Amino acid sequence: MTLTAERTRTPPARRTPRTGRQGRETLILMLPALVPVLVFSVGPLLYGVFLAFTDARSGRNAETSFVGLANFGDLLTDGDFWASFRIGMIWAVSVTVLQFAASLGLALLLNENLRFRAFARVLVLVPWAMPPVVIGLMWRLVYHPNAGILNSVLTDLGLLSHDVDWLNDFSVALPAVIVVGVWTGMPQTTVVLLAGLQGVPKELYEAGHMDGASTWRRFWNITLPQLRPVIVTITSLDFVWNINQFGLVYVLTQGGPGGQTRLPMLFAYEEAFRYGFFGYAATLGVAIVIVVLAVLGVYLWRQMREVG
Amino acid sequence: MRRPLQYLALLGYVVFLAFPLVWLLSTALKTSQEMAGLTPTWIPRHPVLSNFADAFGEQDIVGSALRSLAVAVASAVLTVVLALPAAYAMARHRSLVNRFAIGWVLVSQVFPFILIIIPLFMVLRRLDLVNTLPGLTIVHVTFTLPFALWMLQGYVRSVPRELEEAAAVDGAGRIRSLVKVVAPLLAPGVVATLLFAFVSSWNEFLFALVVLKDPGMATLPLTLVKFTGAEGVVRLGPLAAAALLATIPSLVFFAIIQRRLRSGLMAGAVKG
Repeated sequence: MTLTAERTRTPPARRTPRTGRQGRETLILMLPALVPVLVFSVGPLLYGVFLAFTDARSGRNAETSFVGLANFGDLLTDGDFWASFRIGMIWAVSVTVLQFAASLGLALLLNENLRFRAFARVLVLVPWAMPPVVIGLMWRLVYHPNAGILNSVLTDLGLLSHDVDWLNDFSVALPAVIVVGVWTGMPQTTVVLLAGLQGVPKELYEAGHMDGASTWRRFWNITLPQLRPVIVTITSLDFVWNINQFGLVYVLTQGGPGGQTRLPMLFAYEEAFRYGFFGYAATLGVAIVIVVLAVLGVYLWRQMREVG
Repeated sequence: MRRPLQYLALLGYVVFLAFPLVWLLSTALKTSQEMAGLTPTWIPRHPVLSNFADAFGEQDIVGSALRSLAVAVASAVLTVVLALPAAYAMARHRSLVNRFAIGWVLVSQVFPFILIIIPLFMVLRRLDLVNTLPGLTIVHVTFTLPFALWMLQGYVRSVPRELEEAAAVDGAGRIRSLVKVVAPLLAPGVVATLLFAFVSSWNEFLFALVVLKDPGMATLPLTLVKFTGAEGVVRLGPLAAAALLATIPSLVFFAIIQRRLRSGLMAGAVKG
């Protein structure tokens, strides 16, 4: 057993010695793909970071000059930015956490030998397969104050006495949008967690069973620790995707009512393409990168420490 | 005792996931009279397909669907043409580019779009490509390329190198072995990548919003969003119908790759 494992481990000897000719061939084959990526995304990204330190405006012939950290100073004293930042954090954290909790529950169910499991496994993929714009439109139909189904169902159940304009009401717009965020992101998280669950060795559960561990204990002591790397990866990715979310919320509310759902990226988009402050919008982007890296850094560091 | 509770929970999930979809479908099948009624109904009293016909009757929707189609086809073909040689090189020879491609896929997830889109907009403006379909195509190609590359090189890797070597031993030249041996085995992977690039472009909203300022140039997602603006309840039926039709390419793509998705292979890769 060990022997064969050893044998397959040894890396296969390199079949073709590396020559100048091969290097050149590789380069020629790669070039058509590399050039557009470098010119149209790596380059612009670097330039975008640079713009954060300038007063760039949208005009074709606008003069641009280097202003150092002035934009960052403005950002820190900009009440609108802080409002948007707060909303962004509430949105990203609650969507990520709720999405994870809901998806873990669903993945555990789908991992059981239940009837209709196949049906549910296909259904869970559908939101993933829908264009974000269509998801936004669909939920606008659900939330529609007169013609929407949500008001009618909640009224029938006696939970609501009058129609609510979900996406235009100051107090419920953000929660309503968060629900859509959870719905949209659930498939991916569920699929990843389910794949993780299927990778947990059966022997561990059998051993747990023999020791007389309860379902809850087996979940807590076997499933969760085994899933940990998968959980950390998917929640980190979810958080990054959520804090950078734009399209879904733009379609649902355009950031309204009164900025109640104006996520940082909607704020940046308005600054750049409505008011023309390219430099300031880029600063916002850099600020979000810093926040994302800080949050992920602390999160990953704590996870590592708990494992180690 | 456990089983019934589990079924109850599963039912809860199915309801949560399915009810917006059912509502979209129901709205698409309702007459405008029924839409204007006081109490919304789950099942249309007189289901009609006229909303789909109406959606096709809207000049804006047909025009923007055709523009979306043009951009998506061009992006898909270009993406694969550019990615295929590189994917082959990545899979067959070890090089720095492999790490760069994976690294870039990761970096592009973390960086907010605003940092790329402003400079990109400036570049396109300099090239006079703002408000043009080729401009949007370029953007879509660059943003699908890294992932397409990664997808394709996986497919190339699954074609055993030994087959090529055997062909060489049999006296086939390099080109001949690529065309006769590798190409047929690679075809499904190429189709999957084409579909991926097509769907990414077809669904894409944000870059289109920035690049295509002129309403006359709008792609389908832009037009659909515009439709929800000021209009009353009456237009919701055709809107729902058009939204459903716009979802078809995506559904086809997912139907084809769903097995792969469920096995978790590509799970972290397709951005939601």
